[in-house]
Amino acid sequence: MSFTFRRTLGSEDIAATTTCCLHFSNRIGKLGLLLLWHFAHFVVRIWYFVLAIAQTLESHLIARGVFEEYKTLNINKLHYLAIVVESEEAYKTSKVIELLKWLADIGVKHVCLYDSEGVLKKSKEIILGNSNATFWEGINDKSSLLDQKLITIEFASFSDGKEAVAKAANYLFVNHLTLRGDLMEPIFTEPNMTDALRAIGFKGPDPDLLLVYGSARCHLGFPAWRMRYTEIVHMGTLKSMKFGSLIKAIHKHTMVHQNYGK
Amino acid sequence: MEKDSNVGGKTSNTYTGYLGCLLRKCVFATLSVGPIPNHLAFIMDGNRRYAKKHNLKEGAGHNAGFSALMSLLQYCYELGVQYVTVYAFSIDNFKRRPEEVESLMDLMQEKIYKLIEEVSIVDRYGIRICFIGNLKLLKDSVREAAERAMKATAKNSKSVLSVCVAYTSTDEITHAVQESCREKVDAIEQADSYNKEEGNNLLINLVDIEKKMYMVAAPNPDIIIRTSGETRLSNFLLWQSACSHLYSPSALWPELGFWHLVWAVLNFQRDHWYFEKIKKQI
Repeated sequence: MSFTFRRTLGSEDIAATTTCCLHFSNRIGKLGLLLLWHFAHFVVRIWYFVLAIAQTLESHLIARGVFEEYKTLNINKLHYLAIVVESEEAYKTSKVIELLKWLADIGVKHVCLYDSEGVLKKSKEIILGNSNATFWEGINDKSSLLDQKLITIEFASFSDGKEAVAKAANYLFVNHLTLRGDLMEPIFTEPNMTDALRAIGFKGPDPDLLLVYGSARCHLGFPAWRMRYTEIVHMGTLKSMKFGSLIKAIHKHTMVHQNYGK
Repeated sequence: MEKDSNVGGKTSNTYTGYLGCLLRKCVFATLSVGPIPNHLAFIMDGNRRYAKKHNLKEGAGHNAGFSALMSLLQYCYELGVQYVTVYAFSIDNFKRRPEEVESLMDLMQEKIYKLIEEVSIVDRYGIRICFIGNLKLLKDSVREAAERAMKATAKNSKSVLSVCVAYTSTDEITHAVQESCREKVDAIEQADSYNKEEGNNLLINLVDIEKKMYMVAAPNPDIIIRTSGETRLSNFLLWQSACSHLYSPSALWPELGFWHLVWAVLNFQRDHWYFEKIKKQI
C-alpha cells in the first residue's frame, strides 16, 4: 500500500516539475525575445544617429556651396510648394517665419502652410507681418503663379480636407435638387467635384512638392483632393530644420520625372 | 552520382528552406514584442523597370512582381498583419498602350483563378479577397474573375486582402459623394410628405460619405509602402492615409523582400507613440 502511495506521488511530482520547467523556459524565452527586441531597436537608434550626423554635415556643405550640383536650382519646375508642420511645432512661429525667408531666398513663389489643428491659420497675421509675403487670394491656374513678385502664402488645416469634401457634397446635392427639379439619381464626375470645391472657396492647386516637418513621414491629413501626384518628403522636425536639406529636397524634386500612370 | 547530386541538391534546398522559415519565425517572434501594424498597404511600383534592368521580355516584370506579392503576403500574414491592401491597377494606367493594358488584364485574370482554384496562400491563411475600385471599367472576363474570387473567399475571416484595381482615391471620393447624395434623394422620396425646403435641409455629413468609401471595411493603413524610391502616393488611399507612416524603399517591387518588411515594421514601432498621438488629434 505504501509502495502504491509512493508511485502516485512520483507521477504528480513529474507532472508538476514538467509544468514548472515549461513555465520557466517560457519566461526565459520571453525575456530573450524582449532583449533581442530592445537590441534591434538600439541598432535602429544608432543607425538614425549616424544618419543624422551625416545629413547635418551634408547640409552644411550644401549651404556653403561646396557641391556644384546644388548651386543652381531649376526653381521654375516648382510651381507650388506645401509645407506640413506638426501642430505642436506650429506654435514656433519664429521658425516658420525663418523657413519662409529661406524659401523666398531660394526663389519659391507660392507656399501652402498646413497643420492639422489650424495653429498656423491663427498665427496668419504674425507670419505675414514678419515675412516678405502676401496672403494668397485664390488663383486657379498653376502657371500664372510664377508671375508673382512676392511670395504668396495660403493657410490650410484639416477642415480644408475631409470637411471641405462634405461641404462640396452638399453643394452638389443642392444643385442637383435645384437643377433637376424631379428626383433623378445624381451622377457626379471628378471635374464636378473639383468645380464644387472651387465654388465653395477651396481653390488651391495641387502642390508639386510637400515637405513634412515632423517626427515621421506622414502628411497629417493634408487635403486628399490636392495630393494625387504630390511628392512627399520628410524633412525632420521643425526645430532641427536646415537650409542645406531644404535645397537638397527642392533640387531632388526638380530631377523627378513622372509618368502619371502611363 | 548525378542522381545523388540531384537528390543532394534538393535536400540542401529543403534544409535552406527550413532554416529560412526558422529564421523568419525567430525574427517575427522578436518583432511581436512590440506593436504590429494591423493594416499594410503596398504601391507595387517598378515591374517594368525590373524587366528592363534584367533584360526580360515585356510582361516578365509583372510576373516577377506577382511572385514577390505572394511572398510578401505570406510574410505579412505570418507576422500577424490582418489587412493587406495592394495597388494593382490605377484608373490612370488605362492610358498605357492597349497591348500592355490587355496583357496586364490577362495576367490578373490568370492569377485570380490560380489563387482560388489551387490550394494556395488563401486557404493557408483564411484570406478574404476584396476587389476595390470602379470594377465597371474592367473587361467582363476580369470582372467575373474578381467577383468569383470575392464570392469564393467571402466566408474566410482570418485576414483580408484588398486588391485595388481600376482605382484612384479621387474616383473613390467622387463615388462616395455620389452614393451619399443618392441616399439623401432616396430619403426624400420615402418621406411622408415631400417638401423641397425640408429636403434641402437634409445635410450630407462626413460620416455619410465615409460609409460609402470603397475601403470602408478596412481600418486606415498603418504603413503605406511605395517601392522604387518614388515619394508620391499617385492617388492611392489619400483619404485614409492621414496617420499612415509612408515608407519609400529604393528597391523595385519584384526586389522587395523580407528584410524591407522587417525594416518597415521596426520604423513603425519606433514611431508608434507619435502616430498614436496624432490619431487622437486628427
